[in-house]
Amino acid sequence: MDLDALTGCLASPACLVTQTTSGFIIGMLLFLVAVGLTLIFGVLKVVNFSHGAFYMFGAYFAMTAYQLSGSFALAVFCGAAGTALLGLIFERVFMSRVYGADVLMQLLVCYAFVLIFDDVVRMVWGPEFRSMGMPAAFQVAPLFIAGGVVPPYYLLLIGVALVAAVILGLGLARTRLGKVIRAAAHNPGMVSALGINTGLIYGGVFALGGMLAGLGGALAAPVRSLTPGMGFSVLIESFIVTVIGGMGSILGALIGALLIGMIRSFGSLGFPLFTEGLMYLFMVIVLVIRPTGLFGKEVV
Amino acid sequence: MTELRAGRTGEPLGIARDEARSQRPRYLDVLIGLAAFGVLAVLPLFFGSKALLDFVIRCSAFGLFATSLNLLVGYTGMISFGHGMFFGLGAYGFGLIMQRTGVPVPVAFVATLVITTIIATVIGAICVRLKEIYFAFVTLAFQMLIHSTILSWASLTGGDQGLRGGIPRPVFLGIDLSNHVHLYVTSCALLVIGLLLMRQIAQSPFGYTLRMIRDNANRASFIGIDVWRARLTIFVLAALFASTGGIVMALFVSGAYPEFAYWTISGEGIFINMLGGVTTFLGPMVGTVLLLILNDTVTRLTEYYGIVLGIVILFFAIGLRKGLMDFVVEWYGQRRDGAGERG
Repeated sequence: MDLDALTGCLASPACLVTQTTSGFIIGMLLFLVAVGLTLIFGVLKVVNFSHGAFYMFGAYFAMTAYQLSGSFALAVFCGAAGTALLGLIFERVFMSRVYGADVLMQLLVCYAFVLIFDDVVRMVWGPEFRSMGMPAAFQVAPLFIAGGVVPPYYLLLIGVALVAAVILGLGLARTRLGKVIRAAAHNPGMVSALGINTGLIYGGVFALGGMLAGLGGALAAPVRSLTPGMGFSVLIESFIVTVIGGMGSILGALIGALLIGMIRSFGSLGFPLFTEGLMYLFMVIVLVIRPTGLFGKEVV
Repeated sequence: MTELRAGRTGEPLGIARDEARSQRPRYLDVLIGLAAFGVLAVLPLFFGSKALLDFVIRCSAFGLFATSLNLLVGYTGMISFGHGMFFGLGAYGFGLIMQRTGVPVPVAFVATLVITTIIATVIGAICVRLKEIYFAFVTLAFQMLIHSTILSWASLTGGDQGLRGGIPRPVFLGIDLSNHVHLYVTSCALLVIGLLLMRQIAQSPFGYTLRMIRDNANRASFIGIDVWRARLTIFVLAALFASTGGIVMALFVSGAYPEFAYWTISGEGIFINMLGGVTTFLGPMVGTVLLLILNDTVTRLTEYYGIVLGIVILFFAIGLRKGLMDFVVEWYGQRRDGAGERG
């Protein structure tokens, strides 16, 4: 424990800016993964335990595309599109077989794919740590805000995630497709009776969730090291985020992700060894006070 | 108790099926247990292979753990994703007490169980009122909380290196646990006693209360059962047996490692239950043996262990849709009762 470092940082604007920025990017990356998780749960009522694998694939796809083409935009696109496709296949071929089955079965199918996907990555890209490197366009001097260091890439990352959040939120609330998706979440039988292909919607939502996680992975690739197990810690953290924010709530995922980002960022100063423990502790406290999470509706 | 099973024909796991048949007298369970123990105990006389004895010891550790998880998952319908924390707690608790205090083994054993009881009661009191998926997550969160505590409290637990330097095992009652055969026989005894006790719990009126809570918690509370208390009781009892499994494991590897408290242990426990089947009492035991054999052969053959294991899981989850013992029991039942009729 190092409370002096924490109070010292809180007193200095430079450190405050640096830590807040780093909390923001942790939070935004988490949000991209967690919002997919929460969306899939909200519509399909399935807890996608293999969601971290999509994040991992997004990062690896982006790295390969970047190495082949040298274009960062293309890399991000490949990361997102590749995982969207993967999500669609995964849902249509495997997950759709265990809807309505025991929760245990769904968890097991996902657990199986966590194991398989990790090994596939190990086979294709090797077991060692890989890194994509910062794209040339962002290899510029960092900005200084109130004395705190803010790399320009971080701003891009935060911007993209916020745009994704807004598009998703407005899309679900305002568009016809959004209404259909919400209706399918509420009463799939009725939606299907009205002549809408619910299988397509389920596949699409899973693909969208996978794409968001892949986008997160692709955006994380320049600033994180890539390893076959990288999806798992992100998965656990996104679970915490969705549970804190409330399963199925997009706003909850955003708030939860930012809270966890800040806890990680500031907690690493005050409790360097117990940062993870702080997150779990926070989750336990939230759940004890509000079992459905901050923005969750009652569980049926 | 047969009326409890009414309206449960749509149950995907068919959990209720074995119950009508299992009204054997109690002494029969004890006899079977004693016979199994006898067979296991004379095994070293015929097979000197250390690998075989090691295998049985590992089976005891994981078998106790997996069967206790089944008390939660199969009998009470509480899917705990953090049951492994008690396995880790048992290993660390026992290891630390032996290393730090040098008390006799039985004292350390009891002390570990007391510690487990206290911690499980606190955690259980928070968790058991939550429903399905939230219960799974909160138990997972507690598991990770304990895991990160073990990692960060390095002065006590040795951090990510684990408890090293071996666990002292002073001789007690003529049993010398540093002797491999003694350790083997003790593990078998703990396994058999543990299984008998758990069987006793499962077949007691309390065990049937648990099944009722699993099937319909509302109805159970309407007839005056304190659901929260029953769930908490079985949560703590299951934790005790998981902890015993951890103690056996700590004795076997002569130490304790953070992996024992990691979530993958819980994941494996769930998987073992699935593999063996949750509808029979011995299903998890069968699953344990299967998983360990699978584990040992696959790791010898390929470094891509995850792919093989993943495909096997998919086979059970999507193909068979039930565990091996469920499948066998159902097949046997169909054969006995004539085609088409469920046992």
